[in-house]
Amino acid sequence: MKYLDEFNDPDLAATLFDQIRAVVTRPWAIMEVCGGQTHSIIRNGIDQLLPDEVELIHGPGCPVCVTPLETIDKALEIAARPNVIFCSFGDMLRVPGSHTDLFGVRSRGGDVRVVYSPIDAVAIAEDNPDKQVVFFAIGFETTAPGNAMVAFQARQRNLTNLSLLVSHVLVPPAIEAIASSPTSRVNGFLAAGHVCSVMGTTQYEPLVERYGVPIVVTGFEPLDVLDGIRRTVIQLENGEAYLENAYPRAVNAIGNSPAQAMLEDVFAVTDRKWRGIGMIPQSGWHLSERYADLNAETRFDVADMDVQESDLCRSGEVLQGMLKPNECPAFGKECTPRNPLGATMVSSEGACAAYYQYGRLESARTLPVVESGVARG
Amino acid sequence: MADGTGASPPTDVATGIAVEGWSCPMPLRDHERIVAGHGGGGKLSAELIEHLFLPAFGAAAEGATPTDAATLTIGGARLAFSTDSFVVDPLFFPGGNIGDLAINGTVNDVAMSGATPIALSTAFILEEGLELSVLGTIAQTMGRAAAAAGVHLATGDTKVTDTGDGDGLTITTTGIGLIPDGVELSPQRIRSGDKIILSGRIGDHGIAVMSVREGLQFGTDVASDSAPLTGLVAAMLATPTGRGAIHCLRDATRGGMAASLCELAVTANVGMSYVERSVPIAEAVASACSFLGLDPIHVANEGTMVAFVDPAAADEVVAAMRDHDLGRDAVIIGEVVDDHHGMVVARTSIGATRVVDLALGEQLPRIC
Repeated sequence: MKYLDEFNDPDLAATLFDQIRAVVTRPWAIMEVCGGQTHSIIRNGIDQLLPDEVELIHGPGCPVCVTPLETIDKALEIAARPNVIFCSFGDMLRVPGSHTDLFGVRSRGGDVRVVYSPIDAVAIAEDNPDKQVVFFAIGFETTAPGNAMVAFQARQRNLTNLSLLVSHVLVPPAIEAIASSPTSRVNGFLAAGHVCSVMGTTQYEPLVERYGVPIVVTGFEPLDVLDGIRRTVIQLENGEAYLENAYPRAVNAIGNSPAQAMLEDVFAVTDRKWRGIGMIPQSGWHLSERYADLNAETRFDVADMDVQESDLCRSGEVLQGMLKPNECPAFGKECTPRNPLGATMVSSEGACAAYYQYGRLESARTLPVVESGVARG
Repeated sequence: MADGTGASPPTDVATGIAVEGWSCPMPLRDHERIVAGHGGGGKLSAELIEHLFLPAFGAAAEGATPTDAATLTIGGARLAFSTDSFVVDPLFFPGGNIGDLAINGTVNDVAMSGATPIALSTAFILEEGLELSVLGTIAQTMGRAAAAAGVHLATGDTKVTDTGDGDGLTITTTGIGLIPDGVELSPQRIRSGDKIILSGRIGDHGIAVMSVREGLQFGTDVASDSAPLTGLVAAMLATPTGRGAIHCLRDATRGGMAASLCELAVTANVGMSYVERSVPIAEAVASACSFLGLDPIHVANEGTMVAFVDPAAADEVVAAMRDHDLGRDAVIIGEVVDDHHGMVVARTSIGATRVVDLALGEQLPRIC
């Protein structure tokens, strides 16, 4: 199957594992930046088959995870209002705000709809002229062009009942925040391939030079991820640090120029809060002056909402590779997939959730009878 | 380091950024009201049964089998007894409509006990405004599906509600079937060493429905696999050792193949292990799932089942299945193991392992 079978081939994967084993001589910590790559690593068990020297640190590239609590609360506030149709990508519906989630709002009568394409929100607005339609525009540079198109189309079609709640985040400032941290153990980065499909790769050259870390633009299928790891390890072993494109079938240096023009028109760079991390300067997009009237925060008067996040979770240390998930005092006790305290326990791709699952596997092996299938991690 | 002494997250000296405080949102599980996920066939559904219905029903539900057909012994006869409600949006989709689902779903639940389905009741909740021509088409489909499954539509009921948008329809069917002598299919009979047989491709039904749902068109020609499995089950039981060697059957409907395996691993307190690459998935389904960020093992099927069969008879059973129209793609995907009890482990395409778990509720497309 095109792009699925080829990039899952077990023999080629074995060759790549062999090549990594052949070149590695000492420990390296490599961060995959994108949540899609983390998903692929956990889903396929890539980390289990790497040599012990290569440690993968799961980075901050899950847009659902980094959307600040405050923005979630704004979404919940707007979605609960009468006469509003709130449109969101599916996996935002389970993200809890301070008191509930969008599913909870829907169960209390809120009109919350899952859209698969951002443009669906435009059609919903046209079909419901007597309602206010709000689109929840989140994500990295990958989803941004489609989201920008919502604002563009709203303007083109003179839709006065459509607005956007925007919380876009950008990859290069996040890499810079991690690379510049004195506590970071990251030796090299796998950059997010689809972000680079849109933005090109030139933004990463200054980071390579400034921090002396290899950055390898990497895809998402198992062989893509393995090739990205292999190239990063080779650079590190050779004492080199340069920008490398391991995903040329989807990425070139300049990226998608029409998409970039659309982004430039609709969005403007702004300081952005990241959930759990705090403010990273110049790390996000909001609507540009030209589209400011489509800002749902002002239309629904929620711009001033300010929410404090809990600081119980130590997933920041986990994400930096300073703490193994099962070394966290809350792991498997206060914090489980059922009641997660932090990013990394949320979904199957999170480092803590993965440890929890494999902890279950190990417990099940040592304890022949496991009550109702749940063991202590 | 988070030392827990201050209200604000610690910040990195160099960047002023609280990397240590990184936390991520997570699914809320303690809802005060019913949410969509309670009907998704995953953990939320299971919790609703375990923590609300069964305690509330008390002694009246003692020994109930909420996810299986129940076996009732009446006189000398053993009857399989099952009920299911059907809601689907849209009502019509490639390969069928809600009418086929309502017949085949309950027929299959009964058939998974090895029973020959005898009779079904049909109950309709119709929204005010539903077009009679739509209802007529669905009813005709039900008649044809029942005839194909050899089951009598014996009784029924109709109610009309004024809620909703006027185009909705819910169908509940309840079925009984007669379990032949010598047939004893149950999770408790699953044992270490049993081969796990999958009767066909997975994911077709769920993707067919999604492909025509509002706002989601990806130009596939995937059709639902909705079909009555009675004939296939009969062919399996008719193999020379089938009646003894087939230990358990389960149709992989809501929650997909993963839900069937995970539930049975817990119920039977065994470990299960399967090889991902052996699971047949149509190319269009694999592509659609990859595109949407869904895992096909959690996507619903309506005419596909898993079978747990004594290893000595497994090849014979697979051969019999492949001779039947609905079992052409039947394949052994794995086996039951005396290890990691209550848990399903998959061997991934690159040779690693992963734990397979129930989905929380409905699968939601991932953003990235």
